[in-house]
Parts: sequence; C-alpha cells; structure tokens
Amino acid sequence: MKSLFKTFLLVALTASTFTWLQSCKPKGAQSAVSGDAASKVYVAPGKYDEFYNFVSGGFSGQMSVYGIPSGRLFRVIPVFSVDPEKGYGYSEETKAMLNTSHGFVPWDDLHHIALSETDGIQDGRWVFGNGNNTPRIARIDLKTFRTAEIIEIPNSAGNHSSPFITENSEYVVAGTRFSIPMDNSNGDVPINTYKQNFHGTVSFIGVDKTSGNMNIAFQILLPGVNFDLARAGKGKSHGWMFFSCYNSERANTLLEVNSTQKDKDFILCVNWKKAEEYAKAGKGKLQSVKYAHNIYDEQKQMASSAIENQVMMLDPKDCPDMVYFMPCPKSPHGCDTDPTGEYIVGSGKLAAVIPVFSFTKIQAAIAAKNYEGDYEGIPVLKYDAVLHGEVKKPGLGPLHTEFDDNGFAYTSFFVSSEVVKWNVKSLEVVDRVPTYYSVGHLSVPGGPTRKPWGKYLIAYNKITKDRYLPTGPELAQSAQLYDISGDKMKLILDFPTIGEPHYAEAIPASLIMKNSQKIYKIEENKNPYAALGDKFARVERKGNEIHVYMTAIRSHFTPDNIEGVKMGDMVYFHVTNLEQDWDVPHGFAVKGANNAELLIMPGETQTLAWKPEKPGVYPIYCTDFCSALHQEMQGYIRVSAAGSNVPISFSTGKTAPAVTTTTDKK
Amino acid sequence: MNKLSTSSRIIIAIISLSLILTYFTPIWRIDLFAPQYPEGLTMKIWLNDIKGQVDIINGLNHYIGMRKINVAMFPEFSFLTYIVGFYIILGLAVSVIGNRKVLFWYLVFTAFGGAFAMFDFYRWGYEYGHDLDPTAPIKVPGLSYQPPMFGHKRLLNFDAYSFPDIGGWIVIGAATIAFLVWLHGWYRSHKMKLK
Repeated sequence: MKSLFKTFLLVALTASTFTWLQSCKPKGAQSAVSGDAASKVYVAPGKYDEFYNFVSGGFSGQMSVYGIPSGRLFRVIPVFSVDPEKGYGYSEETKAMLNTSHGFVPWDDLHHIALSETDGIQDGRWVFGNGNNTPRIARIDLKTFRTAEIIEIPNSAGNHSSPFITENSEYVVAGTRFSIPMDNSNGDVPINTYKQNFHGTVSFIGVDKTSGNMNIAFQILLPGVNFDLARAGKGKSHGWMFFSCYNSERANTLLEVNSTQKDKDFILCVNWKKAEEYAKAGKGKLQSVKYAHNIYDEQKQMASSAIENQVMMLDPKDCPDMVYFMPCPKSPHGCDTDPTGEYIVGSGKLAAVIPVFSFTKIQAAIAAKNYEGDYEGIPVLKYDAVLHGEVKKPGLGPLHTEFDDNGFAYTSFFVSSEVVKWNVKSLEVVDRVPTYYSVGHLSVPGGPTRKPWGKYLIAYNKITKDRYLPTGPELAQSAQLYDISGDKMKLILDFPTIGEPHYAEAIPASLIMKNSQKIYKIEENKNPYAALGDKFARVERKGNEIHVYMTAIRSHFTPDNIEGVKMGDMVYFHVTNLEQDWDVPHGFAVKGANNAELLIMPGETQTLAWKPEKPGVYPIYCTDFCSALHQEMQGYIRVSAAGSNVPISFSTGKTAPAVTTTTDKK
Repeated sequence: MNKLSTSSRIIIAIISLSLILTYFTPIWRIDLFAPQYPEGLTMKIWLNDIKGQVDIINGLNHYIGMRKINVAMFPEFSFLTYIVGFYIILGLAVSVIGNRKVLFWYLVFTAFGGAFAMFDFYRWGYEYGHDLDPTAPIKVPGLSYQPPMFGHKRLLNFDAYSFPDIGGWIVIGAATIAFLVWLHGWYRSHKMKLK
C-alpha cells in the first residue's frame, strides 16, 4: 500500500514537473495584442487610410504602396523588374527604362526609399528607390505612381547606401557596398590585390527642383571599405551627409570573419556643400565611364535611354576639409540623424551599445583638428571627442533607428527581435516590444525628416515562420504595426508584404492624394504612334514591319479584323485607349506572343511587338474587364505564308461578303 | 394709379440687368449617379453650349443606342442668347415706362417664354430618350431613357437628377422678384381703391 502511494506520488510529481516545465515555454504572440487593437486599425469600407506607406520590395525589384493603419496593399509600382501584368519592360515604350551599360537588365534589388522633401518636410512629389545589384537610382512620380526616371551609377557595385535624400531634395546619394576597381581602369586584376586596386565611391546625384530630373553631380573617391547606409544632415547639420561603413579591414574573402576583427569601423562625414564648391571650382577629374540614363517622357509616353560618358570624380587628396571618418563600434549598419540634426545614431550590428554622435562636437573636433590619426589619408576624428553618449544595454544586433515627434528614437534589434524606444537626449531606454521575427528596418511616418508625424511605427521583419497560414517553404515577409501615440508601444496589426521589404517611408495621405492623376488627357498624347480617334486607325506596311495603329474604346478595337500580315513580318500593335474616364483601362493580348500583355490607361498609347511563328488566324482581345461588353472586345489577325499575295486590309464592323473557301479537303 | 414706384422701377432694372449673368453661368444641370459612378457625372447646359462630362455620358449611352449629345443637336443654341438679350431690353423698357399694366404683360410674356423653354427641353428629352439605334447592344423592350425634366428619375443603373443651375436660378429669381414687384404695386393700388 505504501509503495503504491509512493508510486502515485512519484507519478504526480513527475507530471506536475512536466506541466511546470511546459509553462516555462514562451507564450504565443497573441497575448501581446491589447483589446482595442482592432478598432485602431479598422478603416471602414469606403474610408481612406491616414498614411501612404511606400515599401521597398527588396529582391522583387519593385516598390509597394500600403495604407496605414489598415495594412491594405494598394499598388505594386514596377521599378527595376519587368512586370508582365502591366506590360512594364515588355511594351516598346517601357523597354528602355531597364537599359543599362550592361544592356537590358530585367531585375534588381530595391532596398531603400526616399521621399522628396522641402525644408526637411516631406512634400509628396517624388519617391526614389535604389537598385542594389546593377547600381541605379529610380525616381517615381507621385502624380502617376509610375517610374519616371532611372539613372545608372558608374564606379559602383552594390548600390546599398542609397538613395537617401537631402532636406531640400538637392541630392540623392549612392555609396558602394562593394569596392571595386574603378570603371576607367583595367578591372582584370587578381582579387587579392584588393588593397591596391579596389576603391569605394560615394556619388551625389542632383535632383532638378522642378522636373525632378537626376544628374550625377560628382563622385568622391574613397578607400575600399563597404559603404552601408547613409542619412543627410538636417537643420543645423544641413550640408553634411553621413555614411556608415564596415570592412575597414578591407578583406576580400570570408567577410563574416575577416571584416569583423576591429573594434570600430567608421561613419564617413561628407561636407557636401564643400564638395559642391570643389566640383564647381574644377578640382575634380572628369573620368570616362559609361552609364545609362533613362527617362520616361510623359507626353510622348515613351522611355528613352541615353548612355552618358563622363563623371566628375573628387579625390579627398585634392580636396581638403571635405571628408572625415568617425569611429563607430563594430560593423555599423544604420546611420540615422534625429529631427533636430544634432544627433547621429550609429548602429553597430555586433556592438553592445548604441553610440550617439553630436554634430556640434563633430564641428568642434574638426576645428580643433582633434584627430586620432588618419585612414588611407582621410582624418579620423577622436571617438570621445565627437560622442554625445552611448545607449547602454539596448539589445542585441541594433540595425536602424527612426524618430518620433517627441524626442524619442526607436531602434530595431535583429538578433533579440525587438524594437527599443529610448530618449535621444538622455539616452535612457524607456520601452521595448518584441517583433515577429528579427526586425530589419523601421518606419515612422516622417521619421527621417525634420518633422516626424509620429503616431505609428512599422517594423519590417526578416523572418515570418508561424505568423500566417503556411504556404509551403516560401513565405510572405511580415510587417508589424505599433501604436506609438502613448508611452508604451502597442502591437496592433500584422500584415504580409511583397518581396522582401527593407526601408520604407510613410507620408500623410493628404500630401499625395490631391495630386493623384486620374487619366492621361488625350489631347496631350504626343506618342508618335498614337491614333487619336477611330478615323486614324489603320494598318501600314514598312518593309517587313506591320504597324497597326489601333484604338480601343468600350467595347471594341478599331480595326478588329486585320489581314495581309506575312511570315517574317514584325507586327507592332500601337494601341491607343481613347477613354477619358477614370479607371477604364483596356488590356491587349495576342495569342502566342513571346511577350506580355499591354495595360493601357485612358488617353495612353502602348505598343506590343509580335513576331508570328506560323501562318494562321490569331485572336486578339481586351484583357481588362472594361465594360458589360468586355467579353465582346475581341478581333482577329490573319497571318499568311511569306510569298502570299493577301493584301493589307483592316476593318471594324464591316463584314466582307463571305467567299466560299474552306480548309477542308474533300 | 398704374404708376410703379421708383424703387420698384429700380428693382426691375436691376433684375433685368442680372440676366446678363446667364451668359456666364450654366442654366441647367443634369447629374447622373450609378454604383460604378459614386462621384457622379455632370452635364451642364449653357445658353449656347453644353459642357461637363458629355463624352463620358455619350460613351456609356451608346450601349443603349442613344444618340451622341453634341452642340449641333441643339439649334436653340444659335438664338437663345438673343432671346435673353431681348428680355433684358424688354425689362429695361418696362422699368423706363414704369407702368404696372406693362409689367403685367411683361410677366405674362415671361411666363410664356419659360413655359416654351420647358416644353422645348421636354421635347428634346423625349426625342433623345426614345430615338434609339435599333442595333444597340442593350435593348430593353418597352423601356425608354427620357431624362427627367425636373427632379429625379431612375434610368437603368443610373439615378438622374435634373435641376436649374446658377443661371437658371437667376432667371427664376428674376421672374419671381418681378412678379412680387407687380403684386406689391397691385396690392397698393387695390388698397388705395378701397380707401
């Protein structure tokens, strides 16, 4: 009996121990959501979100547009990658947008967003994005939400610290993540001659005040470190740009070990006002390079690509007082300036503290030549002389910092998977919340500007795992929305994203929606291939080219019966959407085209090139459900053998008397 | 006895001149709302022109075989400005003459003019709504699409609203004031008679 009792006790103890151990496991994320979260993110049907959120697509190469606080996706803007859905990179008009010095590049890796600013405040005119792989910067026009311009960056590889913008949109920048031999040198060198032959550059790309058109104003030749992220000074520090960099060891292999040996790497401080003067004074050298500059002409509705041949290179050796290095602990990543422009926050990925630098102290140290030495000829400021202070024990793996309108900073921690809120002046940590999982960039509306709008914080995470219904091994990336209007950050929403978001910016909807264009005015359509009315619709032969000048209006194409195309011909369908009504696009597709569709907005002309593969009759149709008779919006094009004598003919609504021919052989 | 007071004559002159504004403002407006047009489509009728989203309305109406609305459709546009000019001069003449009886006949004449204008508008609407292309894609047996002359009417998926615009209200206001002036004069002389 006693032994039975003992056994019972043992079993009970074991069981309770297991239960206790079980309860030690972390609780699910559900417990982190407060009760009123739903009402905070609920935007009723037909109502608008308070903010637009422009989110980089990472390896999708595109930029997506979300509403905040609902997390609803509104649009994916094709930027660096082809988009068959919209015909971007497939239509004859848009192909040139993706031209580079390497030819047509149909993909890139878009990491960072920069909204245009006036006086350090978002102005809602343009949004810029960087191409990381084949170095480029794109400008998107926020009237049309379309890519208006792409400029390639020479002397660059891995355009990562880009396109961060100055407070009056004077410049967007581009810093090299990979150092490389310069474009005008013989690049065919042994990789282990890195230290002799490899250089980094930072480029300042001027932005025209009215048109927004970009031009590479100058580049600065720098030691072969890896430039990572950047942020412009603002207010008192306007005229300066800060670039974080790692790999001051200048390793060219196994960087995860070889570039992480030193205690400190650098933040590069660039006095760009000074650099501007040097460039003007002709202190730079004109280097012969090749880079593409692509502009989408909204009137002609056509992209053109020009190859530029020169760039102005400033060498710090010839330009004193232009650049300084500032030591920053352990492989800095984020490099963010606070809304006052006084504090620069460096985030060493492997550092145990967050150093906060003071712009006033930087200026004093420069004036007093308070250097601890130089790095490849560039003065290195003394760490203690420029430091405002360090945030102690903030978390593990700090990456990026955003700011609110109340003097607080929010830093993301990849390794400890959390966001930490701290006071910029006192450097005290005041709150922390978990993210799901391993957060990268953060976004507070207006966070990088002189005037943060605050209210929300969005975390863009790198790991998703169990946040949504599983979709096999490949998962959507997850973002989390936090309410930061109170003292404590509150998780209020999870939403999936396109591609892999890196940086994002949010802007009040009121700054953008009033300018959003509804249609293209047909009388402003200067596309040379437009048919601005049914009576101009026609088919013309030019040698081996067939040009179909076609119109589309609910619910027919003119012409919709086309004959006289022969094998060996290249057929160009120039389709003009004659509609002048909001939200009535027409689509166009032809069977067997080794291409994509066209999606043509009201008043727009787009061209699809098609090379028929064999004789026959090919259907064409409208792909966008345009009207009650959309399904009737169709036609045929006949392709005859090369030597055939079928004449060019075209019509809509007229049926020629049927000729009794048949393909049946009796 | 039939003499209008000076203030009445000034008022008649002012309202006559106010008709000049109808040259610069739309007279009538038709608004159309549908599930897919929550923002609405508007057509504005001027003395000599038709403005607004006429092209879009035409584009939609071709499904049910309605004719395209255009300026040529309205021969009235060629003489409406003269008619209004005539009424302005007539009103000024009434003001100069300053006789209540003359004002009365002016009002009668105006009422006829208004009635004729509304009849003309109705006639156009009837023709526009009934004269349909027999090859139209959408044919609803027995249904016509005559727009409302005044107020609201449901036309397939559209709610149509037809009301005066600024110029129309000016005309109505001017006629009403002229009537009140006459009434006031009549009432005064009536009272004097009783005394």
